[in-house]
Amino acid sequence: MATAASRSFTLTIGQRRLGAKLIGAVLSLAFVLVFNFFLFRVLPGDPAKNLTRNRLVPAEQVQVLRASFGLDKPLPQQFATYVCDTLSGDLGISYKFRRPVSEVIAERIWPTVLLLGLSTLLSTAIGLWVGIRGAWQRGSVFDRLSLGASLALYAMPEFWLGILLLIAFGVGVGSFPGMFPTGGMSSPDTDMTSWAGVVDVARHLFLPCLTLTLAYIAEYALVMRSSLLDELGEEYLTTARAKGLRDALVLRRHAVPNALLPTTTLIFLNLGFVVSGAITIETVYSWPGLGLLSYEALRTPDYPLLEGVFLLFSAAVILANVLADLLYAYLDPRVRAG
Amino acid sequence: MTQPTVEQPVEALPPSLPPQLSPRAIARARRRQAAGRAWREYRRSWEGMIGLGILVVFVAVAVFVPLFIPASELDVTKATGTPFSPPSAEFPLGTDESGRSVLALTLWGARVSLLVGFLATVISVGIGSVVGIVAGHFGRWTDSALMRVTDWFLVIPFLPLAIVLATVLGPSLANIAFVIGITSWPGTARIVRAQALAVTSRPYIERARALGAGDWHLISRHILPNVVPLIFANTVLIVAVAILSETTLAFLGLGDPLRVSWGSMLDAAFTHGAASIGAWWYLVPPGVCILLVVLAFTMVGQALEAVLNPRLRGR
Repeated sequence: MATAASRSFTLTIGQRRLGAKLIGAVLSLAFVLVFNFFLFRVLPGDPAKNLTRNRLVPAEQVQVLRASFGLDKPLPQQFATYVCDTLSGDLGISYKFRRPVSEVIAERIWPTVLLLGLSTLLSTAIGLWVGIRGAWQRGSVFDRLSLGASLALYAMPEFWLGILLLIAFGVGVGSFPGMFPTGGMSSPDTDMTSWAGVVDVARHLFLPCLTLTLAYIAEYALVMRSSLLDELGEEYLTTARAKGLRDALVLRRHAVPNALLPTTTLIFLNLGFVVSGAITIETVYSWPGLGLLSYEALRTPDYPLLEGVFLLFSAAVILANVLADLLYAYLDPRVRAG
Repeated sequence: MTQPTVEQPVEALPPSLPPQLSPRAIARARRRQAAGRAWREYRRSWEGMIGLGILVVFVAVAVFVPLFIPASELDVTKATGTPFSPPSAEFPLGTDESGRSVLALTLWGARVSLLVGFLATVISVGIGSVVGIVAGHFGRWTDSALMRVTDWFLVIPFLPLAIVLATVLGPSLANIAFVIGITSWPGTARIVRAQALAVTSRPYIERARALGAGDWHLISRHILPNVVPLIFANTVLIVAVAILSETTLAFLGLGDPLRVSWGSMLDAAFTHGAASIGAWWYLVPPGVCILLVVLAFTMVGQALEAVLNPRLRGR
């Protein structure tokens, strides 16, 4: 029974934990800023020189350009300007699009959220189911097949899988015609707000979503399987069985909830890995999200845009890590208590 | 460790040993014995043996391919075939966008893919081991500072970081290996640190310290030998990750433009529209090679881990 006093006590511990986690996350973000600043301003040399490379530009004009970048100022001052600009949402002007980076990024966020969100949901659901079934019937045909498939999926580059699926279902093989569009997010002349528009986006979404789901299933299935196998050796399951519970109930009420714990946090911690998949798969299917944007930026190369996308990806993953910690603390009573 | 010891391993040391043997010779004999035991245990895992077999084949191909296929076959200006022609007697795996043999490209591609994989692994394991041992052995603020950095590298998404670094440094074989190495070491550092911490807290370390052993002696004589088996199994798994990473970076166009690797083949195939004209013969071979090699490294790594990691033994 949690009395009012003990509840407020756990709250303070929870707050202290939260505080420590938040400070850690802020430090990580600050580190990203410093890293970004030095990497892009110090390493590739002078941006003014990069912009005027292979062109005959008078020295005075280079000086003006340098001044417009603030490069004639001392390094600490440049850094302060950079931090202030970034915090106020000014990420510079993209070389490629000739528009503010924040604007370009903002219009590319939602396609990525849609694609990653849907494929994460699907792969989690299927992966957990496969992992639970495999562990529960360890050594069965299902277990061995799913284990083999998971290892193979894990070992192949996800964009290669994407290209193969693209050929098979988008382009068509021999007399077998392609059923799905090969790229983009919608056909040029459909009204996005109508029902036909929704169907059209769904058809475009199908192949990239399938590829990412397949690519992510493997890890969730493997982790769920091994985490459930760990639980299956525990004595409380013998107790549950001795009480006379049926096997299905032992699994559902006792083993799975405990085994879900490490897997749930993994879903959040995995966001870094998910983001990597998005970059290559969006490239393969020319899905107009942040992944394709990073590809366009690195091919140009468009340093301000690349920097902005990196900052956003890092911030998202750091935030997901904080959420994972909070979720773990909420789900695991041992951590919750202190 | 992967080589069978030819001579019979010494089973019982002390009684049969002549008294003039130095401690070093005893230690060496004991290590050889342990290696023999590990190998005998490893041999029992069929996954490990299959993986090892696949790897031997690929390494042999990578080393000996110049003897059978001259480098001139990779020269775009000397290509003899018609672009994008399907498999035929002359070109068993068809041709690429400029009429080169896909078979020759795939076999040559093994060299760069494996080389970058190994180079990146050396860098990654080197940094990870040093950071892990130093953090675990010295503890206190050294540990917290190093682990702070490690956590940062763990939390930052790998591919965006690698892309940013590779774009800034420019595409070359050494840079790609460096980028993969510098982004993949934190896992090793964590594993090594945990083991180093466990070893450092054992009584014999305290005893050695009481006898006047310095940090260098403790690390090289006591901690390192205990950490090496773990590092070894982990290394094999890292090669798999490094090869996959090289493929991904090369596919995004960040690979060495002057050399053929499996990733750069996929990049060229994709950007020249092999997917839209259905040129599967250009896309399938490099992908299958990556799949086989990564799978083989994973199988070998897991088999080694089962043998060398005491925590997994008996599972």
